[in-house]
Amino acid sequence: MSTPVIEAEGLTKRYGGTQALAGVSLAAAQGTVLGVLGPNGAGKSTTVRVLTTLTRPDSGSARVAGWDVRADPGEVRRRIGVTAQDATVDQALTARQNLMMLASLSGLPRSRAAARAAELLERFELGHVANRPVKGYSGGTRRRLDLAAGLVARPPVLFLDEPTTGLDPVSRQRMWDVVRELVQEGTTVLLTTQYLDEADTLADQIVVIDHGRVIAAGTPRELKNTTGGARLEVTLSRAHDAAARALGPLVTGTVEASQDGRRLRAAVDGGTGLATAIVRALDQAGVLVDDVAVHPPSLDDVFHALTGAPVDSDRMVVSA
Amino acid sequence: MTSSHSVAVPTSAVGAVDPGNALRRLSREVSVLTHRNLVHVAHEPLQLSDVTIQPIVFSLLFVYVFGSGVTIPGGSYQDFALAGLLALNLTTATSGTAVGLSTDLTTGVIDRFRTLPMWRATVLVARSFTDLLSYLVCLAMVVVTGLAIGWRPKASLGSTVAGLAIPLLFTFALSWMTACIGMVAEGPESAQSLGLVLLFPLAIVSNAMVPTQGMPGWLETIANWNPVSAVTAAARDLLGNPNPSSGLDDWPMQHPLAAALIWSFAIIGICAPLATVLYGRRTRD
Repeated sequence: MSTPVIEAEGLTKRYGGTQALAGVSLAAAQGTVLGVLGPNGAGKSTTVRVLTTLTRPDSGSARVAGWDVRADPGEVRRRIGVTAQDATVDQALTARQNLMMLASLSGLPRSRAAARAAELLERFELGHVANRPVKGYSGGTRRRLDLAAGLVARPPVLFLDEPTTGLDPVSRQRMWDVVRELVQEGTTVLLTTQYLDEADTLADQIVVIDHGRVIAAGTPRELKNTTGGARLEVTLSRAHDAAARALGPLVTGTVEASQDGRRLRAAVDGGTGLATAIVRALDQAGVLVDDVAVHPPSLDDVFHALTGAPVDSDRMVVSA
Repeated sequence: MTSSHSVAVPTSAVGAVDPGNALRRLSREVSVLTHRNLVHVAHEPLQLSDVTIQPIVFSLLFVYVFGSGVTIPGGSYQDFALAGLLALNLTTATSGTAVGLSTDLTTGVIDRFRTLPMWRATVLVARSFTDLLSYLVCLAMVVVTGLAIGWRPKASLGSTVAGLAIPLLFTFALSWMTACIGMVAEGPESAQSLGLVLLFPLAIVSNAMVPTQGMPGWLETIANWNPVSAVTAAARDLLGNPNPSSGLDDWPMQHPLAAALIWSFAIIGICAPLATVLYGRRTRD
């Protein structure tokens, strides 16, 4: 990888009794998307705040566009755009007034500020609300304005803190399209998200953060490989004690069972004839099977494996 | 500035337009944010009640309620009261700066500004400019009310203008002090009450509405050294209105104009840098 445009080394930050960051390192190459993935409170926003010069880390270093965020915050600010998690547009101003204000503050003369605002209003389909105060906007509309606000100066480096949290599927898709376009134009993007599919779809590289620490890093493919391949899901007609024992020789780890004992899950290596072998083994053990599925690895599995957080709505328990 | 520039990342396409003239950039930043603050006022005109309605109410209350019991040697109570009403209304109006800044600090907009290549104190200076405009409104309301109830300046035009400018200068200075209050207050409500707890005694324990001669000795000394008294006495002299404090021995009452200027510039000299430091501390975590 060429010299990264965004790079952090061992960032730590403590707020009172909470260790928000406990040594975060990451890097993003020019024109790529770095996905920062993690549950609520993992330290994603604090990482973004450090990289965008809003928060000083207690230790560690970070460079954005070649400039140290601590030593040269002004130079960093001349090269970044930010869409924070909280709305950072002025609620009393209209969308147009907000964008014009930010364009002027970024150094555009008045006439060009107006043109830039009009351009962004159109690109983000904000024309119909452009002259109404932001206060009355729906969540999706405000999020689009937040993103537009971060792009006013045409920054080469963009930070998006959970850009699609709370958006409906259509708005989400639209946001993804915009990010892809920007990256195609050469923008380097750091994007935080709680959504695995979002990281999977958009990111070239992913770092998974939990409790202020990077617990995994790599391309989506590399991360999926770390969980050791495919995942088996078997649904039984009735719970049966022999089922887990019968599956044992065919899977790579332990067999997890749902609370009613009807659904079994385990990591498997894949391979030809696996489903046949499983049905046969269960049949020999006298177990009736409703459904067998072998899933290719997904980021959900990575996340589950790394954070220990359950990703399914029904709790799984590890069987003996 | 040095940087081991290992990656060639250009500045934002737009930000590169005007790297030059720092002063021009600064004045643009301040005017953009001042405009923003004025849009806020236009959205909630009632915010302005403490510089529009309040001056009229205070002026009428003081002149007709308190004024009825006070005799002023060498003139009417109206003539005596006007400079005091200016000082009283303007002093208490400076709580607006504390509230405005505190409100800004509780919204996410400040964070957005901080990710822009802006001068750090722009937010403060723009707030100060906006508020200066509202203090001008306050001054105009007091003058118009005064004229309506019989106050007349008895000096040249130049001297009269100076007599109005001195309270305004002092108010500008004081707004930097209330800016500091806005920065240490938890939120807009506490900024408001903190401001008033300090500003009301400051405005009242003075020669603004009554001659200090009738106060108990210790209180009179405090009142005579109160900057509000110096400002009021200086304004009275410049406006050609009766100034009973001129007979007092305390230095500020002998040299009210010098005292008013010293107080004003001293407050700016201390509070403006302090406000900048507090702003930096409040917006850094």
